[in-house]
Amino acid sequence: MIEWVQLSVFTVLFAVVTVLGFVASRWRRARLDHLDEWGLGGRGFGSWVTWFLVGGDLYTAYTFVAVPTLLFSAGATGFFALPNTVIFYPLIFLPVQRMWSVSRVHGYVTPADFVRGRYDSPLLALLVALTGVVATMPYIALQLVGLEAVLRTMGLNGTGLLGHLPLLIAFVILALYTYQSGLRAPALIAFVKDILIYLVILVAVVYLPAKLGGWEVIFGAAGKKLATPNPATGQPTGSVLLTSTNQLQYVTLALGSALALFLYPHTVTGVLASRSRDVLKRNMIALPAYSLLLGLLALLGYVAIAAGVKPITNGATGRADANTVIPVLFDNQFGPIFAGVAFAAIGIGALVPAAIMSIAAANLWTRNIYKEFLHRDATPAQQAKQAKVASLVVKFGAVAFLVFVDPQFSIDLQLIGGVIILQTLPAVAVALYTRWLHRWALVVGWVAGMAYGLFLLYQIPNVVAKRAHFGGSALTMDKLTLLGWHPFAGSKVQIYVGFVALLVNVVAAVLVTPMLRRTGASAGVDATAGTDYYADEASGQLEPAATAARGH
Amino acid sequence: MTSTSPRSSPANGPRPNAWNLLLLVPFLTLVTPWFNTSEPRLFGVPFFYWGQLVFVPVGVLCIAVVYAKNRTERVVPVAGGSDQVDDPGEGTTR
Repeated sequence: MIEWVQLSVFTVLFAVVTVLGFVASRWRRARLDHLDEWGLGGRGFGSWVTWFLVGGDLYTAYTFVAVPTLLFSAGATGFFALPNTVIFYPLIFLPVQRMWSVSRVHGYVTPADFVRGRYDSPLLALLVALTGVVATMPYIALQLVGLEAVLRTMGLNGTGLLGHLPLLIAFVILALYTYQSGLRAPALIAFVKDILIYLVILVAVVYLPAKLGGWEVIFGAAGKKLATPNPATGQPTGSVLLTSTNQLQYVTLALGSALALFLYPHTVTGVLASRSRDVLKRNMIALPAYSLLLGLLALLGYVAIAAGVKPITNGATGRADANTVIPVLFDNQFGPIFAGVAFAAIGIGALVPAAIMSIAAANLWTRNIYKEFLHRDATPAQQAKQAKVASLVVKFGAVAFLVFVDPQFSIDLQLIGGVIILQTLPAVAVALYTRWLHRWALVVGWVAGMAYGLFLLYQIPNVVAKRAHFGGSALTMDKLTLLGWHPFAGSKVQIYVGFVALLVNVVAAVLVTPMLRRTGASAGVDATAGTDYYADEASGQLEPAATAARGH
Repeated sequence: MTSTSPRSSPANGPRPNAWNLLLLVPFLTLVTPWFNTSEPRLFGVPFFYWGQLVFVPVGVLCIAVVYAKNRTERVVPVAGGSDQVDDPGEGTTR
């Protein structure tokens, strides 16, 4: 049954952002035939625009749908998303400024551009770029999962290809204005998205607990439901507090996810689009406002339990779609108009990160594959053209993913994405501080971390979904093997796979570096100078954005 | 990766600032045994949840202090020195 009032409100708000998306091309008018302009919004965004853009970039629709869903189904472990964002800003406060400065001086558009310049190694840059693209693709597909959860809750829950049609229409529109306006489109749309999200969540966390009898009642209901044994395992599905076995997993997942978040290409795109170091620093203080929102939103997972929410059965797959928990909660508890606003907030919230991620992936393709290997002397105009087309390919790749492959597969891949993007940490983040690690050692470390991480992920079963492999990112230490040796045999403690894989990566890179030095393998020429890492707006070291990039 | 440890500065680069160590404080939120309890509750919410929410403003405060301290200690470059103005963000004196 289609909810016409909700759908009308949703459509009106969607139309508003569509207009904004196209108008964005005229905003701070510039020649959009330069990659700096199309792919980084002219590198001129001030504090407010950056706040909305990066906020819309890091706190995605999928986060807003998936984190409460985690609490709904597993309890306290899902709350890792909050400490993750708490440590994220202090963690990146200093490195992000160095990243901005060195990229601004040399006209770098992607993290792989920086690696290319720092290590003089197209191969290492290619590895970083490919890792970025592979990790980003399922992330874009997941934004669609968020959008589709909303559309299906509003009654657009058709079967087969027809069931995906509303999603396809929404995405064609998004693809067109991103093609036209580049990063300016999500920057402008983010204003609408965030205002709606703040409105909806603040109302939800005040109104719903009051309606349902207060937090005491809600946590009581949640504890009772989570303690009910799952028929598949005979174990409780979760708990309201952490247990002795999942605390390490909670901590390593929070830390690993924070590190990964800095390495995702779309984060770097948002960062490089800002005007100055001061804009970034002020945003590190202001962005945690979104973290409070995320923490409160996460608790809505328990509110959904207390309200007796049942997830909707996805018309395309025929299975209950856990990601509809929050949309269904809004549908049941709010009037149709406000529910429509809430759905628009989540739906538009999917468009902003999807646009930025596709731009980031397009930039990687253009700079580190097309220009590096296919068309060495591509002009800035040719690069911009190439990136625009690539952004279309990336988006429709993501749609195809969702339509033709089981959505569960996107969720699994995104989990893997976090593990693999972490493997670029030594080449990208450590390199911001020191060039001690040899470039070939970084390649060895990347291969080691990647192989071991995927091997461990393969070992993890999911008993509930009855799958033997790739069942999650929490590894029981018992299963940790090093060439057949089980260092933690018998331990039931869980740890985040990405963290273990990163350790292997770093250890390999550190051990191989002195060996390479001894053999005299060339370390390449560093294109960056020490002072590049401190350059700022007023330092006189910077050329205008579009000309700086021309030399590279 | 927080870069708070001392390191050799390039000739024109800023030096590390001791206030940067404050950036380590929010990492206390990773010590789960401290807050993995239900009591004391706030409006019925177990300590596990509201305790971690409190760390959001704590983190903001730490970053804000680091930001402000790096600003106020800015030193005017010596005449005849480099014409490059270093960023005040990561330390200042040279």
